[in-house]
Amino acid sequence: MKAILALTDGTVFEGEQFGATGEAIGEVVFNTSMTGYQEVLTDPSYKGQIVTMTYPLIGNYGCNEADVESIGPQVEGFVVREYSAYHSNWRSKWSLDTYLSEHGIIGIQGIDTRALTRRLRVHGVMNGCLSTDDLNPESLVAKAKAWHGLVGWDLVQRVTCPNPYAWRNGTVSHQQKGVVPLESDVNDYRLRDESRKPKAESYKVIALDFGIKYNILRQLTEHGCEVQVVPAQTTAEEILAAEPDGVFLSNGPGDPMPVGYAIETIQGLIGKKPLFGICLGHQLLGLALGGKTYKLKFGHRGANQPVKHLENNRVEITSQNHGFCVDIDSLPNSVDITHINLNDDTLEGIQHREYPLFSVQYHPEASPGPHDASYLFSHFTEMMDEC
Amino acid sequence: MPKRTDINKILIIGSGAIIIGQACEFDYSGTQACKALKEEGYEITLVNSNPATIMTDPDFADQTYIEPITADTVELVIAKERPDALLPTLGGQTALNVSVELAESGVLDKYGVELIGAKLPAIQKAEDRALFKEAMIEIGLEVPQSGIAHTVHEALELVQEIGFPAIIRPAFTLGGTGGGIAYNIEEYEKMVAKGLALSPISELLIEESVIGWKEFELEVMRDGADNVVIICSIENVDAMGVHTGDSITVAPIQTLTDKEYQLMRDSAIKIIREIGVDTGGSNIQFAVDPKTGRQVVIEMNPRVSRSSALASKATGFPIAKIAAKLAVGYNLDEIPNDITAETPACFEPTIDYVVVKIPRWAFEKFQGTDETLTTQMKSVGEAMAIGRTFKEALQKGLRSLENGWYGLDNHPLDDLPLSEIPSKLSIPNVKRIFYIKAALTRGMSIEEIHAYSHIDPFFLYNLKEIVDFENALCEPNTEKHIKQHLKNIVTDPGSQNGGADADVAKTVLQQAKQFGFSDQQLAEIYDVSEGTIRECRKDLGIEATFKTVDTCAAEFEAETPYYYSTLSSEDEVRPSDKEKIMILGGGPNRIGQGIEFDYCCVHAAIALKDDGYETIMVNSNPETVSTDYDTSDRLYFEPLTVEHVLNIYHKEKPSGVIVQFGGQTPLNLALALKEAGVPIIGTSPEDIARSEDRRLFKAVLNDIGLRQPPNGTATSSEEAAPIAAALGYPVIVRPSYVLGGRAMQIVYDEALLHEYMNTAVEASPEHPVLIDKYLEEAIEVDVDAISDGNRTVIGGIMEHIEEAGIHSGDSDCVLPPYTLVDEQIEKLKIFTYDLAKALRVRGLMNVQYAIRSDDIYVLEVNPRASRTIPFVSKAIGVPLAKLAARIMAGKTLNELGFTQEIEPAYFSVKAPVFPFNRFPGSNTRLGPEMKSTGEVMGIDTDVSRAFAKAQKACGYTLPLGGKVFISVKNKDKRAIIFIAKRLTDMGFELIATHGTAKVLLRNGMQSELVFSIGKGRPTIHDYIKNHAVDLIINTPTGDLHRPNELLIREMAIAHDIPIFTTIPGAAAAVNAIDALQRGDITVTPLQDYFKMLQ
Repeated sequence: MKAILALTDGTVFEGEQFGATGEAIGEVVFNTSMTGYQEVLTDPSYKGQIVTMTYPLIGNYGCNEADVESIGPQVEGFVVREYSAYHSNWRSKWSLDTYLSEHGIIGIQGIDTRALTRRLRVHGVMNGCLSTDDLNPESLVAKAKAWHGLVGWDLVQRVTCPNPYAWRNGTVSHQQKGVVPLESDVNDYRLRDESRKPKAESYKVIALDFGIKYNILRQLTEHGCEVQVVPAQTTAEEILAAEPDGVFLSNGPGDPMPVGYAIETIQGLIGKKPLFGICLGHQLLGLALGGKTYKLKFGHRGANQPVKHLENNRVEITSQNHGFCVDIDSLPNSVDITHINLNDDTLEGIQHREYPLFSVQYHPEASPGPHDASYLFSHFTEMMDEC
Repeated sequence: MPKRTDINKILIIGSGAIIIGQACEFDYSGTQACKALKEEGYEITLVNSNPATIMTDPDFADQTYIEPITADTVELVIAKERPDALLPTLGGQTALNVSVELAESGVLDKYGVELIGAKLPAIQKAEDRALFKEAMIEIGLEVPQSGIAHTVHEALELVQEIGFPAIIRPAFTLGGTGGGIAYNIEEYEKMVAKGLALSPISELLIEESVIGWKEFELEVMRDGADNVVIICSIENVDAMGVHTGDSITVAPIQTLTDKEYQLMRDSAIKIIREIGVDTGGSNIQFAVDPKTGRQVVIEMNPRVSRSSALASKATGFPIAKIAAKLAVGYNLDEIPNDITAETPACFEPTIDYVVVKIPRWAFEKFQGTDETLTTQMKSVGEAMAIGRTFKEALQKGLRSLENGWYGLDNHPLDDLPLSEIPSKLSIPNVKRIFYIKAALTRGMSIEEIHAYSHIDPFFLYNLKEIVDFENALCEPNTEKHIKQHLKNIVTDPGSQNGGADADVAKTVLQQAKQFGFSDQQLAEIYDVSEGTIRECRKDLGIEATFKTVDTCAAEFEAETPYYYSTLSSEDEVRPSDKEKIMILGGGPNRIGQGIEFDYCCVHAAIALKDDGYETIMVNSNPETVSTDYDTSDRLYFEPLTVEHVLNIYHKEKPSGVIVQFGGQTPLNLALALKEAGVPIIGTSPEDIARSEDRRLFKAVLNDIGLRQPPNGTATSSEEAAPIAAALGYPVIVRPSYVLGGRAMQIVYDEALLHEYMNTAVEASPEHPVLIDKYLEEAIEVDVDAISDGNRTVIGGIMEHIEEAGIHSGDSDCVLPPYTLVDEQIEKLKIFTYDLAKALRVRGLMNVQYAIRSDDIYVLEVNPRASRTIPFVSKAIGVPLAKLAARIMAGKTLNELGFTQEIEPAYFSVKAPVFPFNRFPGSNTRLGPEMKSTGEVMGIDTDVSRAFAKAQKACGYTLPLGGKVFISVKNKDKRAIIFIAKRLTDMGFELIATHGTAKVLLRNGMQSELVFSIGKGRPTIHDYIKNHAVDLIINTPTGDLHRPNELLIREMAIAHDIPIFTTIPGAAAAVNAIDALQRGDITVTPLQDYFKMLQ
């Protein structure tokens, strides 16, 4: 079946549909990871976005139950150069086509994804409409143009959990509508890594869910944390009342500015509990500390971003997924810059001089991506030890 | 850390002659290292015996020693140059082994030389199988079950635990030489014995077979601050059991999820840290059980490798260059990424295309040997192709091989019974990909093919898609429309731009292009000419587009123009308005066409860049310097076919295209390109054709009064017999238009002639077989000359040591001539001037002459760069290829200041290196068909010492005393007396068989008697096995039915005993031994020799 992706600047890509049929609108972004499409699809931070993978062959290893970052795919639409109908891997359960169609996600293949990526790089990310219903390019461009876009839109509300729940490590069946952790961890490939064995002592951590990735929860658990996941609108008082050892500020989609309630919550926690923020959590923390955020031209999405840890001058290859960024110059003097992006010198991490809090813009939990920065989870438990 | 200031002078060791498993990728890495370190202001001392390398050009190092790469010779260089540091990781296994030897023997300590990049313990830990295994277990990684054996007995005990099939890997051998897979005890014993003999430390690793598992490689880099990055991941299409150098490989990894890939990445990082490679690149191989995902570590190379060259070309990340900078103290984040210019080299390249590498083999030259692909590498070259899908890259790769395929063609396997297919799938062989196609066409399922071949179903599915698409192309309705459209194109161009036929053609051709089909494949399918398809395609607006290799999947703007073609919606090439010259490279290495031609292409690029042209390089060989994005202004990594070259030509519109430098590859395209309007510069394709076409060439020679050996041409066996009879046997027969003497033979009688005509070649009126009288016992001479159309200057006259009849690429030769007299030399010069004039040569020309008494015959003229150009250029200190390129662009020799011929006051000897140890059972006899893979050069003021150096560089250290076995054919008995006498005078003892011994005795020489094979014991075989003989002189009778002679040579080769098979060769060896007895070898850099020329 034919499918069309149209951008606000009038660019139109015609391709073949796979996955679900229908129509989707979102901000069109590109991700440069060569592996990990299932993790990308299921990352709630992509809510509101149509994602194109720059690697041209997608679907090769199928989809499985374990490699998910939330209950199911979160992207609005998925764009690839060549969808592989054959999936070959010992863990594969479904083809990507089946996986997407079961979750109602439209895919388009056979388009020049590099041309699309170059357009987004040169002109910045833009909104787009992907459709198998309406094949009129003008109409699709008009729809894309009419869409409000991500700026100023609180997408957190669309991905946060409705009720608090306790996390237990394990995989989540993709058919379940709620979060139902399974008993056994099928991710046996990770069990061999001695450093990841759960610590004996336990920390009580509350994770504010702005669209949290499961691998953050898995990592926290492996680092000895007992994690209670709470909705984004939970207040500081409610959190403090639970007397956690630390609070985790999760990743999530979209613009941090409209998520005022979370900023307020964080402000109520600063200095009171150890805080660790990732991605949107980092941006919200930045805002809560008095900083400003801005939208990047085309964002950082991939698994090869070099980040320098200024404390020891070591470079970490990091997994990233963000379109907004904390303005380095807007931060108060009480905040130290701990990490910097070597590609474009943007802010990647901060730490407070007085209060026990730190955050990073990138994804130390990886998934997809390298494990270079997993030490940050230990850093969090050490911080909780000290408090 | 900024760069180190405590070291000033760095020694770099190259990899020597091109051999299987170690080819021009180490010239690429070494050249990058020399450039990078010179740029940083270090003084560079280089040792490499291979003159055909760019790195040994005198500009790339401060002191360039073209000397044997052996510990004792390198020690002489160290003693003379006193470098502060030795960088051992860029010259392949050869450099690494010599460095280890120098470190272990205390030479480095003695002279205060620091190993940089990798220290001795790290190299030992990575290279020693036992230490490596221990280290892996230490860090919690799995390795295949295995054990170490130093004796046959130990090996037999081990295999009881490990079981069959078992893998045998000798320690410290190159490219896995001597390794193999044994399926039964008999095979096992044989392989163990061979492996123990080949391993310099008599050590074997016996390993659990992981045959059939998936094979992966990661290219890892580490800097002094312990930052580690993965540059490239590679997946082998061929499963474990086939050496990675013999496997079709794909970058990046295709069938691992991120979870599995990251686990592998974590392991790789742990490994490089544990082994302790301080800085630089390493290659780590893994095997993965396709059923469970269990990952095991196979091996690590603590140095840059063939795979790292591939990874560099595949990603645009220059591993060797960066490794060199890391070795002198920089950290990754302090080095910029050349391609993006604005981001640092400390990152992991991400690619948005698929890279396929396909090996090229040369089994046709080594008939009689087992062609099964095993854990021992046998390919002589490789091609790399880039596409946006696996299908496209694979088909581009197949046509890049220049084996006559234009993609996944219909290989002539149609007659193969279905019952034979399974064994062709399960036993790895060079044509397996075509057998898979044959299996798919016959309806075999992916699962079944996977069960036989262990090739991952993902790849098989992609192959099936190609086959299915090809079937769809022939579907009657589609075929009808397309054929009608093609007909319209031919009969009434421009009239049929719309309509159903055009619509179908457009849709189908577009998809065909995205599947990587070539115009030629489509032409064959629709039974029209390639030109018709091209015309039709252009008419429908289906044109190749070019994309950039940018290390970052378009995330940043690329500064470096490195392109590949695909069919897509956007073309990224923005041609400049500068004047451009395009250079066509030589494609994959093969015997007869390798690094020498790449050397010439690189020189053309450098010279023309200096002259202000924009240079455009087209090539498909990832091992080369020419495909370094630094070499030319623009690099197109593309197959060298008319279609691909025209695509680039139409895009760039260069004012000239050079076809003279890439060997036969671009010459084969020259006429078609010229017809399509491409301006070929230099000697015209028509004049080149005049030299290749026997009848036209005869006319040329008649005009200027030169002689050829009596000859004729024939298009059939019937035609050939009377011609040969008239000429008188023996005759030399060969097909026209070949390089490296492919299928060239000396034929001694009519029966052999018929056999040759009927089986060895496909003769046709367009391609007749050439029959020459074989001039026995003539001296062969090679002359390289350069001409601007008016003036011709001789670059060098090389006198072959062996008599005419042995391919010039397989002969030792000396420059300047060592036995010719001035009159002969003068005549050769005049003949050469006349030939250059007659053929209107503008550029380079090589002539081969045979001299018998006072008669000089022209054997062959090649008005193009020859294999000897780099050797001659190094011998005379003049970069001939650079001059030739500038002549082609319009300069004269006068303007270039090269008008005087140079006769050096020293001697340069070129010696060939053969791959016979890889091809047991094949004919080791030298003849008109070239078999050597590479060459070395020895320089000295004394011709015999130069010869000795060349022999040493080939791996044959001439003995200074001991026992010599002499067995010569009757005709040579007279000549051997003098040689034997000299040897006894020099203190050698003689060993001979009955006949020769008797002749020797009559001439007053005693010899130890051995039995002829089959007549009693001991025979010379026993002596060889016991290493009780130090030198062998054995001239073959030419009788193919005497296998014992072959066996002697094969055994001598296997046991590294120097063997000479011609009287002139033996005489040269005796002179060389004499020279060595009279005094030790000394070393002198090229730069000092060149001073002697002024």
